[in-house]
Order: sequence, then structure tokens, then C-alpha cells
Amino acid sequence: MNKQRLIVDNETTPKLHTYIKLRHDAGRDRWVMLAPERILTPDPIAVEVLQLCDGERTIGNIASELAQNYNASIEVIEKDIIVMLQDLSDKGYLTS
Amino acid sequence: MNEAPKINENNIICATAPMGLLAELTHRCPLQCPYCSNPLELERSSGELSTQDWVRVFKQAGELGILQTHLSGGEPTVRKDLEEITQAAVEAGIYTNLITAGVLLKRERLEKLVDIGLDHLQLSVQHVDALMADKIAGFKGGYSKKIELAKWVKELNLPLTINSPMHRHNVEYLEEIIEFAVKLGAERLEVAHIQYYGWAFENRNSLIPTREQVYKNADIVDEARERLKGILTIDFVVPDYYAVRPKPCMGGWGSQFMTISPMGKVMPCHAAASIKGLEFDNVKDRHLRDIWLNSSAFEKYRGTDYLPEPCKSCEFKEIDFGGCRCQAFMFTGDATSTDPACSKSSFHKNLLAIAEKESQEQSEFLYRKFTAKKEPAE
Repeated sequence: MNKQRLIVDNETTPKLHTYIKLRHDAGRDRWVMLAPERILTPDPIAVEVLQLCDGERTIGNIASELAQNYNASIEVIEKDIIVMLQDLSDKGYLTS
Repeated sequence: MNEAPKINENNIICATAPMGLLAELTHRCPLQCPYCSNPLELERSSGELSTQDWVRVFKQAGELGILQTHLSGGEPTVRKDLEEITQAAVEAGIYTNLITAGVLLKRERLEKLVDIGLDHLQLSVQHVDALMADKIAGFKGGYSKKIELAKWVKELNLPLTINSPMHRHNVEYLEEIIEFAVKLGAERLEVAHIQYYGWAFENRNSLIPTREQVYKNADIVDEARERLKGILTIDFVVPDYYAVRPKPCMGGWGSQFMTISPMGKVMPCHAAASIKGLEFDNVKDRHLRDIWLNSSAFEKYRGTDYLPEPCKSCEFKEIDFGGCRCQAFMFTGDATSTDPACSKSSFHKNLLAIAEKESQEQSEFLYRKFTAKKEPAE
């Protein structure tokens, strides 16, 4: 096994690991990420980012899509989501 | 975007519905680990819930808001209907985790479970040395079967957690265990030190490590976590006897989790039956939602209002909920008192003294089996 740490940058095409389930929790009306022995609760913006992480879009693509909906520059958004996705990758939730 | 996106890990979502369900499908197990988390009084197979019972339970669990289930035992794969039970959990939208010793599961059956939608598999590995592993588990040839299963799990792209409960006989091998998990391609490694309840309590003087060994483990984990970012997630827990603050047991009594025993008893945690006087409802008699909301065993220690001093005025009350009710009962005879794992408990120094004394003792294992009895003292 030669797993390597993924270093996330704007060229990365991120996706959740197949064993991570992002789903709406109807009972509590919020989104959850189900993982082995963990339940994560992404906030609405994080959910929006994660829904765009399809393994095809680059982080650059994702940032420019989000920039149309939010009042912020692509650069700022890119920086924020790289931090979030690097952390998710380091904790074993995300791959590319 | 005014604020960076945030993701919370492990926070309490809602106390009115549970998130996790530990389904002890059976207490039968080919292994005999002397620290088994099952109660000393094991439930017999003749009393086990039927397939239909479990199918109904998982439907109710999904409706109640349960998000994750651990299909456990004993050894869950001894149940011939594991496929139907897993299917019911999957259909209820529940994240399914199979907790197995891995010595009975054949590749064909694993493939079937993956097809049904099993999400994750947790495999126990008692030691990285085959002879020691088999000795601890009381099962010859178990280690090689586990390795074989781990390979199938990876071939089938199922995520894998290696679970190595830590104690005196493997505490010096943590680095090797970490290396072993990486080599197998596991995503997670659980190296929680044993907590001394039930079977482990009976075997405490042959299992408990020294304080130095435990804290050396903590340093090894810190280093490995940094080095293995994005490669292996490591969960590490110290034994309560060497802790300063108690663990927030079960995220609070009756707050996030429930356990169902093989015969259908619904409990706030798997050790709750050790508290004398609690009465548990059965899934055969009541709807799971009704039990969660109204069962006396859940109501009894819910919240923090019942806690006496030093918990009552403690700043950590809403963080650790006074620790573990079972351990409080075990040491003080009163399940409402402060968990002696807390340094504010008047029993705390006894805990440390016991650990220091017994970490130097030696004794034969009392293996976990249906007929095991400790010889009465002369």
C-alpha cells in the first residue's frame, strides 16, 4: 500500500471517499456526513461546497461557481475551501 | 461568502432522538478475549431476537432518527440472517458498520454484504504477533484468518478499521500495530485502552498496564497522527484509571446512543445492566421510540439535574456529564455519584492506587465464555 497524503490546491478535483455519506437528516432538518464512527455536521455553505466535489470539477471550477452566488472574490473563496478540504482530506474523508 | 465554511465533528445534534445504535445481535463468539465488553451474564442463543424482530427494530430506528448502527455481538457473523438484518438497516437509511472478529466470515458472504450496502467493517486484531494474538483471543489460527479477511475487505473497496484494544500484553507494540494497519491499507485504527468493566474488571490484574506505558503510547500516537495525515486516522483512549478527567460517557446518558441486547433489552449503554435496580424495556413489547422517550432506565440519569456535588457546581458538568454511571456505581455503590475517573471524586485516588498495585501483579486470564466462573477466594 502506498497511500500518499493529498495536498489540496486549485487544480485538485476533490470528491468524498465512497464510504462517506452526505445526506439530509430529515428528523433534525440538517445535513450530516456519515463516516466510520463519526457523524459530522457541515454548515450550509460547506454542504454547498461538498455537493460540488464530484471528482470532476477542480477547486478552481468550484470557487468560480460559488463566486456567482456569493458576494466574494474567487480568490477568497478558493482560499477558504482549500483550508476546509485539506482538513477533510487529512482526516480521511476526502480524496481526489 | 462572508464566512468560511465550517464542519463540526461529533457534536450533539439533538437530544430528543438518538444518533447511534449498537446492535448486539448475539453473545455467541468463537473468541474468548478476557476483556470482552459483553456482560458477565451472557445471553443464550435460545433467547435471541428473530430476524423479523430485528427487521422491525431497524425500521423503527430509521424513523426515530438513528443515523448509524454497529452490527456487533459477540460475533455478529454467527447469525445466519445477518444479510437480512443488514438489508433492513440499509433500507432504513442507516450507516452500517460490521464489528467482527473476522474468523468466520467467508469471502462470498462478505461480497454479499457489500452488495447489500454494508458501509464499513471493523476488524479486531488482538496483537501483531500471531501467537500472542491467538493466546489473547483464546482461538488458535485466528490471526491468519483475520489477515485474509482484511485483504478481501480492501479488494472489495470496503473501508476498514483495525481495532486493537490496548492492555499490558500489547502496550509495548503500538508502533508495530500502527505500521500493521498502514500496511493492510486500513483507513482507521482504534487503539483504545481497555476500560475495566465486566470481563476486563475480572481480569484487571492481568491486563492493566503501567501509567508510564500508557503515556508513552500517547506520545507515539501524537507523532503518528502528524506523520500519517490523510493516510490513517487513529483513535486513542487512555484507561480511566490513569485519566484526570472522566470521559463524556456515551455523550451523556440517554442522549445520543442506545444498545439493544441479543434478547431485545434496550439500554443506554452496553454495560448498563451492571447497575443494580435498572429495568430495561424490550423491543418485543414496546416501540423503539416509546422506549427511547419514556423507558425508566433512560429517564433515570438523563441530563445533569440529578448529579450531586462535586458535579452539581462543576464547570465541566455539561462537557463530561459526570462521567460514567456504571463506573460510579461499581466504586461507590451509587450510580448518581461522580465517576471516580474524575480527579474531583473522593474515590479517584483509590483508582490510581489499584492501577499502580495491579499493574505489577500477574494472573492467568479468566477467558470469556458462557461457563466461565472465577474460583471463589479461599
